[in-house]
Amino acid sequence: MKTRITELLGIEYPIIQGGMAWVAEHNLAAAVSEAGGLGIIGAGGAPAEFVREQIQKVKEATQKPFGVNIMLMNPEADAIAQVVVDEGVKVVTTGAGNPGKYMEMWKAAGVKVVPVVASAGMAKLMERGGADAVIAEGMESGGHIGSITTMALVPQVVDAVDIPVIAAGGIADGRGFAAAFMLGAEAVQLGTRFVAAKESIVHANYKAMLIKAKDIDSAVTGMSTGHPVRSIRNKMTKEYLKMEKEGADFMELEKLTLGSLRKAVTEGDVVNGTVMAGQIAGLVKKEQPCKEIISEIMEEGLALMRSS
Amino acid sequence: MLERVKEIIEEQLNVEGVEITEETRFKEDLEADSLDLFELVMAFEEEYGVEIPSEDLEQITTVGSIIKYMQDKGVNA
Repeated sequence: MKTRITELLGIEYPIIQGGMAWVAEHNLAAAVSEAGGLGIIGAGGAPAEFVREQIQKVKEATQKPFGVNIMLMNPEADAIAQVVVDEGVKVVTTGAGNPGKYMEMWKAAGVKVVPVVASAGMAKLMERGGADAVIAEGMESGGHIGSITTMALVPQVVDAVDIPVIAAGGIADGRGFAAAFMLGAEAVQLGTRFVAAKESIVHANYKAMLIKAKDIDSAVTGMSTGHPVRSIRNKMTKEYLKMEKEGADFMELEKLTLGSLRKAVTEGDVVNGTVMAGQIAGLVKKEQPCKEIISEIMEEGLALMRSS
Repeated sequence: MLERVKEIIEEQLNVEGVEITEETRFKEDLEADSLDLFELVMAFEEEYGVEIPSEDLEQITTVGSIIKYMQDKGVNA
């Protein structure tokens, strides 16, 4: 299937894997790219040298394009921005801020820059700054979220910019894929469904909790801090929300979640850890190889689009 | 210039009735988040015909800083 996004990124299918911290490492990214989508390494809060190793491992595993997501609040963001250039990474997606200061360097190196945006205004400024596309991510997503839903955000971003738009948040199957295209998107980004992929290295407890989760099982913590995060309800979210209600300050709340994503992903502590997942988790019913996930979505999505 | 800048801020952030001076900070005092700041910047650009590249946004933290930014760009209002 050809869209402006598949042309821009040199991929076969307009399906992108979200750049989830700790989860989106080289095994998952390589598997998604090898299956014809765009795999992404999530740099999260990792040091630049770790990101470089991850990039090199993906390069060993696949000849196909892949990307790196840079969380701009990472203290090593400057160094990571340079690593992607040095390693010849083709695509960078950015989150948690404004990539303006790296734009010139990336454009000069031929890196395609795709910021995650949470409003039409931000999308416009990113386009003007040289972004090649934007990811309009609704608050249905797991992890750090904005406040607008995918249904409302995507068409407004599509109207605000001329560059192609990738829809994210609440998409996990062919129906979501087709719906995103109806809203004007030219590709989709999926996180939650790929967390449950066979190639995903998250701890078995994390995968099991995600697969078991229903539509109502996610909670948003951190509204009061200005950095809301969606994850599956557990002891940690309950305690966090209780403290938040009681007016706990930022530092106290931070203590509760410091390293808590890693705890869930690598140690499998799904009681005290942060089990990030989107609202669509209820639709994710089993562990499947990335290739199977992508072909299922494409098959179902295209059939729906043809029949409409 | 402060008067017109104040009007734009009030309109964009819906903060009528709050005292706004050159020292007023967008984030801390007016509770603007980063997305509000993008909207504000676009409104100022439209009003004064100046382009504010996104890498300059970090400098713009107070009402006074936006006025100074505009003046440095040659805006005379």
